This record gives sequence, structure tokens and C-alpha cells, in this order.
Amino acid sequence: MSDNVEALYQEIILDHYKHPRGAGLLDNAAGESFQVNPTCGDEVTVGVRLDENDHLHVGYEGQGCSISQASASVMTELLEDATLDRVADAERAFHELMHSKGAGEPNEDALGDGIAFAGVSKYPARIKCALLPWVALQDARLKAGIEIDQSTTPDA
Amino acid sequence: MVSTVLDVSRLRKDFPILERTVRGDRPLVYLDSAATSQKPFAVLDAERAYYETSNAAVHRGAHQLAEEATDAYESARAAIAGFVGAHAEDIVFTKNATESLNLAAYAFSNATAKAAQGGVVDPRLVLTPESSVVVTEMEHHANLIPWQELCAKTGAQLRWIGLTEDGRLDMDQLSVIDETTAVVSIVHQSNILGTINPVRSIMDRARDVGALGVVDACQSIPHMRVNVDDLGADLVTWSGHKMLGPTGIGLLWGRSEVLDRLPPFLTGGSMIESVTMEGSTFAPPPQRFEAGVPMVAQAVGLEAAVRYLESVGIESIEQHEHELTAYALTTLSHMPGVRIIGPESSVDRGSAISFVVDGLHPHDVGQVLDDRGVAVRVGHHCAWPTCRRYGVPATTRLSTYLYNDTDDIDAAAAGIRAAQEFFGVA
Ligand SMILES: Cc1ncc(COP(=O)(O)O)c(C=O)c1O
Repeated sequence: MSDNVEALYQEIILDHYKHPRGAGLLDNAAGESFQVNPTCGDEVTVGVRLDENDHLHVGYEGQGCSISQASASVMTELLEDATLDRVADAERAFHELMHSKGAGEPNEDALGDGIAFAGVSKYPARIKCALLPWVALQDARLKAGIEIDQSTTPDA
Repeated sequence: MVSTVLDVSRLRKDFPILERTVRGDRPLVYLDSAATSQKPFAVLDAERAYYETSNAAVHRGAHQLAEEATDAYESARAAIAGFVGAHAEDIVFTKNATESLNLAAYAFSNATAKAAQGGVVDPRLVLTPESSVVVTEMEHHANLIPWQELCAKTGAQLRWIGLTEDGRLDMDQLSVIDETTAVVSIVHQSNILGTINPVRSIMDRARDVGALGVVDACQSIPHMRVNVDDLGADLVTWSGHKMLGPTGIGLLWGRSEVLDRLPPFLTGGSMIESVTMEGSTFAPPPQRFEAGVPMVAQAVGLEAAVRYLESVGIESIEQHEHELTAYALTTLSHMPGVRIIGPESSVDRGSAISFVVDGLHPHDVGQVLDDRGVAVRVGHHCAWPTCRRYGVPATTRLSTYLYNDTDDIDAAAAGIRAAQEFFGVA
């Protein structure tokens, strides 16, 4: 396997793919979003709600390739019970990483295991896979009326 | 193993792209010809020569270049007609097969709309909510969505012939074609399953009930001898880029009596007979369907492609690919964890082979193959309902052409094993 593909399929990614964390939908989501990647049929549904302390709770369900499913698992683990500031930082950092064409310096504070996706940004066809759960998260959040600081909202 | 009918290593020298490496220093193993074929020097040279010597707008202008360009364009039409046993005037140039199929579907909706305004149209083209349109469950989206849209516009009912477990049409469902049916549009060879369908008997049934018949021959004409008249259809569509030709050119053949009755699809310059401010009359086919300055260089390139295919021998290509398909099917079916989606025997089957690997998503299989220089297609192959029918979200598909040999199949098989090992599902 080439270095690029080894970098794409980091141990962390394969581990989340085989042992997904936090899989399953919330029964009391305030907003839910179903997203598909029409080129390959990857699917993910993400649901969110805020608790009384304004912490986010995330649930998901999906099927698809290792990158899309590991991304959903990493995102859910990262953002479960997170403050909205943390959500905003993570959303922005993940989008930036995906658009970095492999040259980005991933922000570990914001992304946790999400830094493992740095190698994905070299493969344009896989960026969509990695972003799929994040797009669903953003949409579910908006449907639930959960606003994050717009100045930090990623534009893509 | 060496091909018994083609000297593949010599043919490969005609395709410059096959010399390149990918993903670093990996030689390219191109197994995605069902998506688009590679182009031989003969095609590239012909296009270049046309631009260097004769480039002009066809069917317009009185100068020598315009004459030469028009000759080149019409000569291409004649050559392509000859390749499929047709008359040149029954061949229409379009952008691609997708446009050809839309041209067919819009003939019905345009005629239906015109009839509602009291216009005189061929009654076979007029749909009502009592009409039906028949396709199959293995259509490429290009031969499904135009008909869905036609039904949405006219209230007609969309029906389809379902599939059997082993990837064939369920011929017991042919009764969906009945007296209500206005048009039957089916794929000759499936781009996802590889199945070659018994189009003649389906077209005969269409004719018996007074329906028009359309055949999507995108995956058959590049790979086997097809005489369009023998298919029993009224319209046949295909693309140039899948048969060694350039992108940007597609084909529509029509039975002259039918083509003559179709209203235009795209309108504008070059397709008219007479124009006043109040209205216009249209040129006879094929010009009626070729609005605007057409794709002359692509037509010239496509003629070169057809001549190249004839020089190699389309029958030899068919036999070569048949042997290669049998080899690939045997190879894949002996691999643990690999399941073929589509017919497992090479009988009535083309070289597009879809498969799934237990525990692995096609995207990941394709990624590992790509890393080894093996280009395959992953996804639903623009046949999403077919994937649903077989309960898979997507497949990996390999597909061959005259420039592939058993080494390429072996490279794909080795890549699949490497993916199984890497992901720990071996
Ligand atoms: C069976 C079939 N029909 C239609 C098409 C559409 O061809 P094009 O994309 O060239 O218009 C394709 C090609 O992808 C095909 O394989």
C-alpha cells in the first residue's frame, strides 16, 4: 500500500469503522437530517438536541464506506455532550482540514480523533464521504434551531 | 494467458494513455471502458488534421473550407451508418446517448402538448393518463429519468419489466406491455449487470401492441456487431465516446418512417426549412434534429474510431472480450468473499462485471485498486434502482475492451485480495 493510502486509512479510522462509537439515533432529537452521497450511495442520518446546560447530544445511523462511517463515529464521539463553542470550533476545523489538499496542520484541540482524516483531503472523491456526517450535523442543528457563533461557521 | 484472437500488446501501442503511470509509478490498468473508452492515435490524429486543414461551420457558407467540413461531417455519418447497417440519412448526431434518449422522450411530450393545442401530430406520439410507458429495472438513469419525466408531464403510467435473481429480465413480466403502451424503451446490454437482453422479442411485442420501440445500445454497439434494423426497434441510441471516439458526440438511429414523424427536440439554426416571424417549418431528418453548429471534429474522430474498429474486426473484438469475460467471471467467482451481481455465466453477457466484497464497501475496494494503478468504477453506475433490486448500496465494476487482457484481470484480482487483507476481512 502506498504512503498516501496508508495515510488515508489511519488506524484510528479503521478502528472507528470496525467499532463505531455512539451509533444509534436519539429518540428525542430536536432536529434530524438524512444525507446521501449520490455518487456512491453512502447514507447517514444525524440527530441532535440540546440539554438544559446547552450541551449538544448527537445520534447517528448510516451505511457506507469506511471513511463516511468512521467520520460519523469520530464526530459523534467528539461532540457528544459538547458545548456549542466546541461544536463551532470542530465544524470549522473539520471543513478547513477537508479543503487543505493534504497540506493542512490539523487542529487536535478542536478535532480529537478527527485529525486522522488529514489524509482524506488528498483524495477529492473521498472528501465528500468524510464531510457527509458533518453536513448532516449542520443541517440537523439548523432544523433544531441550534445556532452557533456565525463568525466561526465554515463557509463550505 | 495470451488472447487467441487479438494481438493485445500490439493494439495497446495504438493507445498513448495506456503508456502512462498513475499514483506514482504504477502502470495504468484501465478497466473502466464501460464508463468511457480510451482513444487510439488514429482518432486523435483525425481530429487534429481536421482542425489543421478543413475547420469551418458545416452546411453554411460558400467557401472551400465550408465545403470540405461539410463533406467530412457527412462522410462520418455515412461511415457510422455503415458500421451499424443503416442508411446515412437515418443517423442523427447528438451530444451523447443521454441527449438521444431525451430527444426520443421529448418527441412524445412535445407532440402531446402540440396535439392539446389542436396541432396535427402522429397519434402514436400522443400520451394520455390511460397510456403506459415501459422500461426495465436495469436501465441506466439516462433511459429511466426522461421517461419518468414524460409520465409526470402527461399522466401516463410508467411500468417496468423486473429482474430475476441471476440478473436477467423476468420475461414472465412481458405482459406489462399491452394495448395501453405507447413506447417501450430498453437497454440492449446492461452497463451494471452486463446482461445482454433479448431485445428483438421485446421489440416484436411492442410492435404487436402498436407501441414504438427504443433500444439503448450504448454498451452493445462498441463491443459487438449490431445491425440496428435487426433489433426490431424504431429508435436506437448510443454514444461515441464508449467506442473509441471523442466525447461530445452521440448517435440516434431511427426507422425512416418514424424519424420522419418526430417533432424536433432542440430548435434554432440549421434545423429549419422556412422561417417567418409567425412561425417556421422544419428540415427533414437528420437536419431537423441537429440544431446549431454541430460537433464536426468529433464526427471526424468518430469516423476514425469506426474505421479502427473495423480494421481490428468488431467480430474479433467481440470474441476476445467474450473469452476475457469468461476468464474474469471464473477468477472472481473463485475468490472467497466476492459475489458477482449479474449473470455468473458468460452466455448472453457483456464484459461489464459488477461485484461486491463481503465486509468491504465498494469505495474502499476501488481505493485500494486505484492505489495499485487499477482503474475500476465504484458506486451505483447510474443504475440506482438496479442496486436496490439486489439489495446493495453500490458495487465495484470492472469492464474491458480490445486493449485489455488476462493480466489486467489478474491485477484486479490481486488488488481485491490486497483490500481484503488490508481491511482484515480475508
Ligand atoms: C447503458 C447506458 N445507457 C446510457 C448511457 C449514457 O451515456 P452518455 O453518458 O454518454 O450519454 C450509458 C453510459 O454511461 C450507458 O452505459
